[in-house]
Order: sequence, then structure tokens, then C-alpha cells
Amino acid sequence: MENFAYVNAADVEQVPSLLSDDWTETKMIAGGTDLLGELKEYIETPKKVVNLKSIPGLDKINADASGLAIGALVTLTDIAAHPTIQHHYTVLAEAAGSVASPQIRNVGTLGGNLCQRPRCWYYRNPDIICLKKGGDTCYAVEGLNKYHAIFGGGPVYIVHPSDTAPALIALGATAKIVGPNGERTMPLEDFFVLPDVNPQRENVLEPNEVLTEVHVPQPKMGTKSTYLKVRERGSFDFALSSVAAHFEMSGGTCSKANVVLGGVAPIPWRSVEAEAALNGKRITDAVAKQAGEAAVANAEPMTDNGYKVTLTQNIVSRAAMRLA
Amino acid sequence: MPKKVHVQTTINGEAVEYLCEPRQSLLEVLRDVLHLTGAKEGCNNGNCGACSVILDGRLVNSCLVLGAELEGKSLETIEGLAEPEQLHPIQDAFLENAALQCGICTPGFIMAAKALLDQNPNPTEHEIRYWLAGNLCRCTGYDKIVRAVQDAAQTTS
Repeated sequence: MENFAYVNAADVEQVPSLLSDDWTETKMIAGGTDLLGELKEYIETPKKVVNLKSIPGLDKINADASGLAIGALVTLTDIAAHPTIQHHYTVLAEAAGSVASPQIRNVGTLGGNLCQRPRCWYYRNPDIICLKKGGDTCYAVEGLNKYHAIFGGGPVYIVHPSDTAPALIALGATAKIVGPNGERTMPLEDFFVLPDVNPQRENVLEPNEVLTEVHVPQPKMGTKSTYLKVRERGSFDFALSSVAAHFEMSGGTCSKANVVLGGVAPIPWRSVEAEAALNGKRITDAVAKQAGEAAVANAEPMTDNGYKVTLTQNIVSRAAMRLA
Repeated sequence: MPKKVHVQTTINGEAVEYLCEPRQSLLEVLRDVLHLTGAKEGCNNGNCGACSVILDGRLVNSCLVLGAELEGKSLETIEGLAEPEQLHPIQDAFLENAALQCGICTPGFIMAAKALLDQNPNPTEHEIRYWLAGNLCRCTGYDKIVRAVQDAAQTTS
């Protein structure tokens, strides 16, 4: 990889001043498992890398009656192993535990998992300047698109690779961002942007902004949640398709369903169709089947990824049955 | 040229200091600067686990950590495992079970097994197999490795 200056950030407030307003000049490093891959392949060649791990306090999980506050530097291992998250925010513990391998979960952070770049093989190829890297073509359209989007594609057809993002959106999380003009918070759902808004980025962050914390409201009594993920290699892989399901239950009826899909769209994809099929229903086999069918009713598969439609339909049904 | 980084750290219980370029991975520092060549470079991107080491008690891929990030940390590598006259029980178990052929993946597997047994002295076979998901072996077919870890668990627990 190209050399760069390595700078330790002293605190959150200092980070924007250490970062350039040009994406190509500076990068942040936390766990580094995604960034180092990009640097080694010359996908990114920054002049300066700003280390966030030197910032005290961003690696804490605080759980209280208002919910969870998770610092951006908390590792995926620590989220997956946290007893309160396992019991009350199950979908998040299951999603974090499903990421990659033990080695990668041990250093990979929540902030990095949410901000990681796409795995598209055209994007990751240093010799290809695709639309996501400032070129004019998404090569997945005419090329090999087995792992690409069945929802929300165009003009770029990547899928968002995060497992924790669908889980956190299903839980109603908000994101805290620090930039040169101070702090802003937004629903995590609004953090991610479709390629028709910005084909080169996956979220709203400016080059000199940093995601610092995620807050998750305490789920209501009787809430159930789960994360189902289908991979080619069951023990260590990105999702071909995944579903984060979070149901508020009252007396055996699903009063409010949150269903967010991973691995199938350029952003974590809320399935309003599946939610509508579940809201107000007692979850039977038939209702779960309808939810799966509804989830893929508006899918737009490409030439090689029609199998994702079937996978997605089945895991949405299965998630609903698991929570019934 | 960006300036080199001065790092003070602990490796296998001994204080170590070195200079490295910011772009050098921990794996490159171990092999090329400190001449600790037990950790191997396989894929160099986090898939194969041949470079696995234990950083502050946690198993990591040294190819995905920067050498500059070792400041103030404590690192265990395969070189620190055996006593002068005595192999570590996990190393013995790998020998007894012939859990290696070409040997390139072995240091990574042994460090992964140590990290597992340090936190879970009696893992099930299922737990062992999922824990070793981040380590690839292209020779053995894994069964002998899993049996070696099971044997080592019996010896060490």
C-alpha cells in the first residue's frame, strides 16, 4: 500500500479538523479490517490516516432505562457477548455475532460495520473505475451480478454489506455524527442513501464527519426480535440475503412489525410490504408465508441473482415464524 | 515521506520497541522488522487466519492491524508458546493428531485454539468448528485439527 501519515485523534471534537473535505485525502481507521483491504488494493490512497482508537470513551456500551448507547469503537465481539443486548436487543446480538470470523469481530467496530464500503467485485478491483469510484458505468448491469441488488438498484447496483445496520434500523436506532459544525443526530434509517441520491457513497457522512455513537431505544415489554442470515459459507461470509425482524407483540398479535433486509439493496432495505402483511395479525404459518411473499413482491432481480428473491421470501417467513 | 512511527510494546512478555512505517501491517512488522516469522502471510486480507496472533488477549489477524497500533499493547505470537524444553499442550496435541501437513496454517490455528481455550476451556465440537472459521487449511480437511483442539482441551482443563 501507499504510505501515509498516521495521526492519533485526541478526542471526538478534534476529528473533523484532522480530516480533509476531500474524500481522497484522509481516511479514518478504527478496527481497520475494511480500510486495510482498500489500502492494500489501492482502492484508496489517502495521504493521512486518522486513528480513532486513541479517543477515550468511544468503546463503551451504556444500557439504562432509556435504552442502549453504543460507542462507535465498540467491537462486534463485545456487542454479541453483551448480556443485556442478547436478552433485550436480540436481533443486534445475533447480527453482530454473524459478522465475519472471530478474528475480525475482535477488532471490527460498530462504526466500521455501519460505514464499511461495498464488497462488489467491480468496486474492489483496482483496475476498474466503476460508477461508484467516479467512472460512468456500473459494470454489474451488463456483467456478473450474482451478488448484487434486487431492490433499490440504479444507477449503482451494490448491496450494503452490514449485518448490524438492518438490526439497528429494525430496533429504531439513531446515529450521532460529529462534524466541523458540531453534532447532529438522525434516525439510522436516514443515515444511508440510495445511489440515485449519491452513487459514490452509501451514507450521508461528509468527508470530515465521523459517526460517534448509536442510540437504541429500550424495546417495549413483550417485544421479540431475531436476525436470519443466509451465506454461501455458513460460518464466515457476507449475507446473500438477511432479515432483521423486530415485532411488538400484544396478546399473541403482532401490533407493530419492523422488517429490514440486508444484502439485497444498496442500503439496509425496510420491507414496508412485509410489515403491512404482519401488522395487526396473529402470526400463523399462513401469515408468515404472506409476509415472505409480500417482502419480494416488488423485487427487481438482475440476470444472475433471481435466487435472492426466493431466499429472501423464505427467510422473511422463517423469521416471522421464529417470533410467533 | 511520512515519518516512521516509534512503538513501545510487549511481545511474548518482553518489552520491545521498534520503528515502522505507518503503512506496515503488524504482520509485516513481525516478519520483516522483528524477524518473528511464525505468523504466516496467506491471503493478506483477513480470510485465511495464517497470521493469527493474540493482541491484548484477543485473537486478531495481524495482516489487518497496523504495526503502529501496537503501542502500549501486549502481543502473544506462536514464538512465545513453548517453554525451552517443553512444547505447549496445544502444540503437542497437533503433533499427536498429525493435525498438519504443509504447516503453513499451523501457527495461526494454534494461536486460534489458544485464544479459544483461554476463554472456553471445554468447547463443544460445534463451538470449535465455528471458532476456527477464520482459519483456513488447504491440506488436512480440518477433522484432525478439530480433534487436536479437543485433545488439548482435555489436557489443559
